[in-house]
Amino acid sequence: MVNAQSRPVSGGAVNNKIKMTREDKVFRGIVLVILSAMFLIILVPLIHIVASSFSSPNAVAAGKVLLWPVEPSLEGYTAVFTNDMIGIGYMNSIIYTVAGTCINIAMTVITAYALACPGLPGRGIVMMLFTFTMLFDAGMIPNYMLLKDLNLLNTRWAMLLPGAIGAYNMIITRTFIANSIPQEMREAADIDGCSDIQYLIHVVLPLSKAVIAVITLYYAVAHWNSYFNAFLYLTKKDLFPLQIVLRDILIANTLDPGAILDPELMAAKQGMANLLKYALVVVASLPVMCIYPFIQKHFVQGVMIGSVKG
Amino acid sequence: MTTAKTKRQMTVRMMKRHWQMYLLLLLPLLYLLIFKYYPMLGTQIAFKKFRASQGIWGSEWIGFANFAKFFKSYQFSRVMVNTIAVSFYQLIAGFPFPIIFALLLNTLSGKWFKKTVQTVTYLPYFISVVVLVGMMFQIFNPTRGIYGTLYTMATGTTAPDLFGKSEMFRHMYVWSGVWQNMGFNSVIYIAALSSVSNDLHEAAMIDGIGRFKRMLYIDLPAIIPTMTVLLILNAGRIMSIGFEKVYLMQNDLNLRTSEIISTYVYKVGLAAGGGDFAYATAIGLFNSAVNLILIVTVNKICNRLGETSLW
Repeated sequence: MVNAQSRPVSGGAVNNKIKMTREDKVFRGIVLVILSAMFLIILVPLIHIVASSFSSPNAVAAGKVLLWPVEPSLEGYTAVFTNDMIGIGYMNSIIYTVAGTCINIAMTVITAYALACPGLPGRGIVMMLFTFTMLFDAGMIPNYMLLKDLNLLNTRWAMLLPGAIGAYNMIITRTFIANSIPQEMREAADIDGCSDIQYLIHVVLPLSKAVIAVITLYYAVAHWNSYFNAFLYLTKKDLFPLQIVLRDILIANTLDPGAILDPELMAAKQGMANLLKYALVVVASLPVMCIYPFIQKHFVQGVMIGSVKG
Repeated sequence: MTTAKTKRQMTVRMMKRHWQMYLLLLLPLLYLLIFKYYPMLGTQIAFKKFRASQGIWGSEWIGFANFAKFFKSYQFSRVMVNTIAVSFYQLIAGFPFPIIFALLLNTLSGKWFKKTVQTVTYLPYFISVVVLVGMMFQIFNPTRGIYGTLYTMATGTTAPDLFGKSEMFRHMYVWSGVWQNMGFNSVIYIAALSSVSNDLHEAAMIDGIGRFKRMLYIDLPAIIPTMTVLLILNAGRIMSIGFEKVYLMQNDLNLRTSEIISTYVYKVGLAAGGGDFAYATAIGLFNSAVNLILIVTVNKICNRLGETSLW
């Protein structure tokens, strides 16, 4: 995609130079119809969710909302923002995402840098150790037992340490450092008496901004969206990340009223709980969606670097 | 003799010169050993009769008894069939869409339309599994959701609960996945298409060949290597379907088709407070071993074909 945009004359653009034949016009029409259909199938559910979140509980319960808010209200959002667990989950997710990503980046970059050093004795072995973790996983129970033995269950560390280095991200970074920083640079720095760590800080880091941006995004989105580790390792409510809170509300339905006897009040509460879910989906996805337009091209870059064999 | 000696001297000199590199690698290595390799040693309880009081190392060896128990249990064929079926279905259904999408998009020249379509189709990729499944619960709710409303409008009867039907589980799982990942999975094809030489298109146009035929005979062959590699690699991951989404979509009514290896491991080992650790580890280890064999085999095939490989 990056290439397609930097090179306006692609297979499609040539069409403009020569007059289109009738066959081409028909084909173009069909393409537009198919792509528009795909586009709508993806977009419509998203719009429906957003429209519902801005409607009134009654309109949502009666199924009146399609693609535009009916009886617009912010009641759903008020309910989201006054819910304690959602607030706690949001804060925790921010902590895990920021702290976790910082640990990830530091660990990944130092590993990638050392492993990109040509001819470093033992680097093949370390590389193999990393690759093997991509192929073989000890499994849920041994990992759980490790955390238990380390006394990390029900601590914030359980969210930060187990995935400190993603092997795939490390390999992307290593490929980038090895391929895009010229060896002459290293030689020149050596002559000036630059040590390995100085070279990392003063030369490699500034030149690797592009790949660091890519892996930061990979790690950050993964942290924000993950629920598996929290699901296995945390039982204390004040440590729950947003995704666990979401699961309890959206899927396990813990918000539904149980013991309310007044039928009218109960219906109102159910309507509210239902509306809250729509608003919650929007609020929970907001951070990623807000930065999405800016990160889109970086994700694409990541796919490109990843597809170059290191 | 002398060459061996000088080689060793070279190595030692390299190591001395780059001592800081080893310093940097200290922490990552520690991480690897503790969080990745120590649990691998922990898998030995799959071959043991695990007693918490005796710990992982002290428990008594019982050979393959835990594995035998799994192979003999009535759950074995069910979780195996479910895992492979949902994975295979996903592989087949998910494969063509990104390709068709990339090919069609590539035939267009208008920048604005192209960019809008791309931006929107990548979007669902960034939605978390929890939110995705939550959205599905809302949309497919038989009484409150848009699916229920439209169904009632069209037929006058209440819609069936799709999450409560075990025969619907695979379709729901796979097609929501196609919805979420189609756009993002097309990125690699779009990139491959952008490197197709323009000369080919121009030459074909001079011969009066239309856009459709050029798509079939110029664009498509250009991405066939990428397609092959991705297909083979995905085939290697057929037993490693993730726990998260399946577990979220699971309920008592659809368990017949939705119980896969990883959810079964969780239930046997961890759910309902401290289960049978050794048995659960054995099932997980069996799964990991099959994955390893598949991926290594598949990589061999890729190498044979002369295309890229994983390592």
